[in-house]
Amino acid sequence: MSDTIHAQGDGQQHPIGIYLKIWLLLFVLSTLSYMVDYINLQGYLRWTLIIIFMLLKAGLIIAIFMHMMWERLALVYAILLPPLCLLILIALMAVEGDTTMLSRIIYFGEGG
Amino acid sequence: MSTVTGSSTGSSKESKGWQGVSDDWGGEIEAFRDVPWGKAMMWIFLLSDTFIFSCFLVSYMTVRMSTTVDWPLTSEVFALTVNGVHVPLLLIAIMTFILITSSGTMAMAVNYGYRRDKKKTFWLMLVTAILGASFVGMQAFEWSKLIEEGVRPWGNPMGAAQFGAAFFMITGFHGLHVSIGVIYLLVVAFKVKRGDYDDTGFEIVEITGLYWHFVDLVWVFIFAFFYLW
Repeated sequence: MSDTIHAQGDGQQHPIGIYLKIWLLLFVLSTLSYMVDYINLQGYLRWTLIIIFMLLKAGLIIAIFMHMMWERLALVYAILLPPLCLLILIALMAVEGDTTMLSRIIYFGEGG
Repeated sequence: MSTVTGSSTGSSKESKGWQGVSDDWGGEIEAFRDVPWGKAMMWIFLLSDTFIFSCFLVSYMTVRMSTTVDWPLTSEVFALTVNGVHVPLLLIAIMTFILITSSGTMAMAVNYGYRRDKKKTFWLMLVTAILGASFVGMQAFEWSKLIEEGVRPWGNPMGAAQFGAAFFMITGFHGLHVSIGVIYLLVVAFKVKRGDYDDTGFEIVEITGLYWHFVDLVWVFIFAFFYLW
């Protein structure tokens, strides 16, 4: 961002318009994700759209509202890389959950 | 070699990319250059909070995947009837818009803080706090509605017993964060107004803002995974 003003080392300063634009964009994205439920989309299309809108919203909040896109990479990596290990936790627990469900069906039948 | 301060920002000597990461961490200087101490610490707190909320959401995923009973239809559970019209997830949608709006006003408060416009900063932070408080109010309404309908942490009439536990833990912990955020916002807003930061600078507004945006960020994930899935 070449138009970023760093006035007297006084922290992050950006034109106010960018916040209003992002605000509007977040409104639109929230409406779209609500519409996914409202018009009752199902199956993979539903899940894909939910995830896409969620990631776009999260990205905009982190990058613009939390100023991450203007921070130095040393801070960006220190904060954004560690949560990636959660992907391992998610994968492990998905396998675990699946096994539990299958053994419940085998040993307790459908009603367990 | 003293620490690098804000005045040197934007100098062409600064290396970018991975070379910059290596220089910042290895140069026997402050690793987080131009970042106020409080802000770096807030980021690290938020990182730890990310893991707490992730534990709740992953637990929710695990119990939902492992139950053989149908999960309650959130679209129906959280539906409201307004003037005889049945609208699915209405309250949750309104809560989402309120929280996003409060994030917008907070971002502008941070901006006016750095411009040293104390009056606008104060009012925008106050609006943010009021929107946050109204969010908590709606959550209280939602909780009492579900409790009235018989939802408990150990069971409910709509389906899988784990629904109540996941709902109360996740939204309860998030609501607690919003409530603390409202108090935090009010304290900082009134200190801004009183002139406590006139000499020390207005980074505190940005730090408070980081916390508030994080609360909004967590809601984005809760909205997607708990309410829409």
